[in-house]
Amino acid sequence: MAEYFHSVTLEKEKCRGCTNCIKHCPTEAIRVRNGKAMIINERCIDCGECIRVCPYHAKKAVTDPLSVMNEYEFRVALPAPSLYGQFGKEYSRERILKGLTELGFDWVFEVARAAEIVSDATRHILKSGKVRKPLISSACPAVVRLIQVRFPNLINNILKLESPMEVAARIAKQTVVSEKNIPAEKVGVFFISPCAAKVTSVKAPYEKKESSVNGVFSIKDIHIKLMEKMKNIPPDCDCELVSSGAYGVGWAGSGGECAALERPKTLAVHGIHNVIAIFEEIVEEKLKDVDFVEALSCIEGCLGGPLTAVNPFVAKTNLKCQVNRAKSKDFSSENTAADYQDLLWTKDMEYKPILKLDENVMKAMIKMQKLEEINDGLPGLDCGACGSPNCRALAEDIVRGLAFETDCIFKLREKVSDLADQMKAFEHIYRTKQDGSGRGKTNDG
Amino acid sequence: MSSLIRKEYDIPANDFSRAGEASSNVRKLLTQLGVNPTIIKRTSIAMYEAELNAVIHGNGGKARVEIFEDRIEILVYDEGPGIADIELAMQEGYSTAPDYIREMGFGAGMGLSNIKKNSDKFVIESELNKGTRVYITIYLY
Repeated sequence: MAEYFHSVTLEKEKCRGCTNCIKHCPTEAIRVRNGKAMIINERCIDCGECIRVCPYHAKKAVTDPLSVMNEYEFRVALPAPSLYGQFGKEYSRERILKGLTELGFDWVFEVARAAEIVSDATRHILKSGKVRKPLISSACPAVVRLIQVRFPNLINNILKLESPMEVAARIAKQTVVSEKNIPAEKVGVFFISPCAAKVTSVKAPYEKKESSVNGVFSIKDIHIKLMEKMKNIPPDCDCELVSSGAYGVGWAGSGGECAALERPKTLAVHGIHNVIAIFEEIVEEKLKDVDFVEALSCIEGCLGGPLTAVNPFVAKTNLKCQVNRAKSKDFSSENTAADYQDLLWTKDMEYKPILKLDENVMKAMIKMQKLEEINDGLPGLDCGACGSPNCRALAEDIVRGLAFETDCIFKLREKVSDLADQMKAFEHIYRTKQDGSGRGKTNDG
Repeated sequence: MSSLIRKEYDIPANDFSRAGEASSNVRKLLTQLGVNPTIIKRTSIAMYEAELNAVIHGNGGKARVEIFEDRIEILVYDEGPGIADIELAMQEGYSTAPDYIREMGFGAGMGLSNIKKNSDKFVIESELNKGTRVYITIYLY
């Protein structure tokens, strides 16, 4: 595995070199160079904002092709709760889960169920009081990576529990191995994902050495196929695959994880730029009286994921219907905190100081001085025409040796007009001289 | 020795939504310099509290931030009413903030003690009807 794997990638031929993606990237991870966008790997957190805003669809999320299923003897689908929001009220959860088995999966285990387990574990952790507050949810991998690169002081606030996807994958695999007597390596578990960040967290996990998930399919890729299969399934069918209650299903949207905690002092924020604003408040200790923060990168949470098929607000209405229909609140358990030991991260997260100008603070200061100086000379329009997201970022790129002052069209224009002035002045001198010598000749003649 | 980096910020009066803009900017600056995250946190909390004081009590003011090889020096100053009894103002829980500000969750009387707690050197000068100057020094190492 390379040092950086990213699901979010650029299709160069489609890129027209516009400024949409560079302006929306929350970590300033994209530049336009030589007429094409390029992603700075160490800065990208796979939030998928660029996928959403690219008018030419040049940004895409790499997911696994459905054919990887063929590599396994027994195949389990792990649908993200957001999948339920993709269909109208005539599609019950029973119908959707049954539909998945018709798509070639031998069994389905709801990630929603695993979400309820994570919620129960979180309730115990919060009750123990032995955590730094506010505790920040780790459900959204883009948000966790955002903390890793931009909010080092919040690393200790992260809820270091595996995500519902990982928990689901582990339970599903164990269940199949013990009940069907099939060796683990022949069991394939596949997450049906609303986003790119989940793909990255499977291929390059930060919380443990290796993910239990064998493949990630995008909701978009199976949406139509699933619709087709569901046509032949009666709406009021029974299905023993339903294992989650209302709380687990609710996790798909913003506020769902908070609701499952049944605590008053929680805060739910969605949309990566809103998340940043809340994190700044936490760092500056402005946010008081909040125990738990649910932070999701996409607007309306996973329902707004870049790999979903329907409008997030429509999906929200659909989901409400599924939540109301759930037969229980969540699974009932007599578990204690000790029962959730195996959910804890086995690897700790280290701060990645991507914004640092230099390894050496003194050198960084000299670069900063230069950066400020260059920035003062730039027009401050933040037009993005230079290929950097704003004037300050251009100044930073220049200091880092990655761009030139004349990449700024205003600076270039100044330079060109200076040159023109010099040329005029030179021409003037030249003409006067020529005229002078010419007259001299006439006089001579 | 003169400072390597010097920044000035305006602190608007009574605008809570913009209070913290300067400290947030300074935090970004320090992050780019690769300063230790704990020191960044202390700096931004101390500066935010000072900024907030200028917003609530001082009719707004200015902040000057200087970064040296070994330290950060912050001066937050206003031309507000000044503090009658600095010793009293330093006490935790003592506040002269009006009710509407307390209702917004500010003015708990922890500001000055919080600045002191987070800075390495802290000096406050105030004169009635002239204004207040808060000097904060935080060492980088």
